[in-house]
Amino acid sequence: MAGGAASGGSVAADTYAKARHWLLAPSWLVLGFFVFAPVCVMLIYSFLTKEFRGGVIWEFSLAAYDQFFFDRGLFGDAEPTLQWTYISVFWRSIWQAGLATILSLLIGFPTAYYIATRPEGSRAFWVFLVTIPYWVNLLIRTVSMKFLLRDEGPLNELLINIGLIGDPLHIINTNLAVQLGLFYSYLPFMVLPIYASIERYNFTMSEAAADLYATKWTTLRRIILPAVKPGVIAGCILVFVPSLGAFLAPDLLGGAKNFMIGSLIEEQFKGNAGNWPFGAAASMVLLTMVMIILLIFARQQRRAEAQS
Amino acid sequence: MSANTDVKTYTGFRFMTILCLVILYAPLAVVTVYSFNASSSITVWEGMSLRWYIDVFVGPESAKFKQAAFNSFSIAIIAASLATAIATAAATAIVRGGRYKLRAPSLGLITLPIMVPEIVLAVSTLIFFNSIGFTRGYLTILVAHTAFCIPFAYLPIQARMQGIEDTYEHAAMDLYATKAKAFRRILLPLMMPGIISGFLLAFIVSLDDFIITNFVKGAGIETLPTAIFGSVKQGLKPNIMAISTMLLGLSVVMVTISHFVSKWDNTK
Repeated sequence: MAGGAASGGSVAADTYAKARHWLLAPSWLVLGFFVFAPVCVMLIYSFLTKEFRGGVIWEFSLAAYDQFFFDRGLFGDAEPTLQWTYISVFWRSIWQAGLATILSLLIGFPTAYYIATRPEGSRAFWVFLVTIPYWVNLLIRTVSMKFLLRDEGPLNELLINIGLIGDPLHIINTNLAVQLGLFYSYLPFMVLPIYASIERYNFTMSEAAADLYATKWTTLRRIILPAVKPGVIAGCILVFVPSLGAFLAPDLLGGAKNFMIGSLIEEQFKGNAGNWPFGAAASMVLLTMVMIILLIFARQQRRAEAQS
Repeated sequence: MSANTDVKTYTGFRFMTILCLVILYAPLAVVTVYSFNASSSITVWEGMSLRWYIDVFVGPESAKFKQAAFNSFSIAIIAASLATAIATAAATAIVRGGRYKLRAPSLGLITLPIMVPEIVLAVSTLIFFNSIGFTRGYLTILVAHTAFCIPFAYLPIQARMQGIEDTYEHAAMDLYATKAKAFRRILLPLMMPGIISGFLLAFIVSLDDFIITNFVKGAGIETLPTAIFGSVKQGLKPNIMAISTMLLGLSVVMVTISHFVSKWDNTK
């Protein structure tokens, strides 16, 4: 998502240089006003005082962050200790997103490799097959997953009919269901960047390794993987980052016990029970985490580019 | 040849690829099949029928779905058109505007909506509209959709424009066409595949959006995804599967068109 766009191409054509500020003005206005400014206002809100019926009172307060990280007892006067409730929600999200990423990598890497070694003419078709499901409504895909996985669903029916299990597996409303849902949501994101790297990989290196009596798996581990590492990292980030803040998969597949960051945030803005500054603070924590990951990634990509 | 393919081939990778495709398509296929189920239970199969498709259009909930569909489609068309126009102008400035200081920050701003997690975008947009005293409703959804659709329209347009050499418009200007005319008569037609593909992607992204819409829609207005979500929360029902299948089919058709249009080479 960031890679190709970041450079904007190396073409320095300047036919419309004179009009460039006018041409950019609409995007600056719309995105500045409705994306950039809102994120800034959200930052301000996270430092305001909570209004009891939703919304805020314009008074500076660190209460939201304090509530996030510290526990001051029932009456708020005890010695502050670390508050694990919300940190553990974040921790669970990282864990769930991480497992979904590993699962995507295990399936996505062989797929990307297989596609990249097809005859040149048919590769575009394979890539297209992998991308189509991504463009289908995420809500519909998650609902389909729920339909497939439920106790009386087609998956259990199939497994019982072929005699693999006697009683239906309870997958829905477990951590596993959430991981499967996240994996399913973002799997195409894993395949595409890895495919792009493998397509550029020079297969004569594999031949050279084979000539030197390396086994295939050694070649994969020692030659191919290091060469396509940037693509693998890009794929992992493209799966991990959206999984981290996902709302639909944990909400529809996980049930109440498998709360993730997305649900925690959403709850703060629902009805009158919410706490807007706290929701804003939790969003800021999530945004900061994602931005740090993306910055480290961008730096690594630049270093890898400089090396090659 | 055989030695070459042997070195490349890994046992099991083909199986994993098939597994990957099965995983990607199985849930969609299953929902599609069950949407044609005659039974009112989602578990028991009672033969093929269009019963639930008819139910979507004339059943007890049809008025709700029609209103939601109208909102979804009108917002998607307007938001995608605005986003495409804005993105085309921006791409011209980025790809044909020479080198300048604002170039990198502009590109950063344009891609910002796909960097920021969707839930964060949703929260910040809600807070923003609330703080400037905007009443939530149709207009807030439209504005939010226009903003976050811009990068999706932008990326295919930029990619296309980079593939067009500037010799074409220079040739036109050598023949005394003005810059505006060279843009309208030469560059714009050449960019058309990118623009169509960008529009279609923006349209799908807007049509599909649930999280941001759910935050900024306010009470009393629904789009298809929020109506589906509300319904699914009460339990899976066969009419929802019929709607889902129709939306799914639409997405597949539009992505396929976008795919072929973007490959269409009209520079020759």
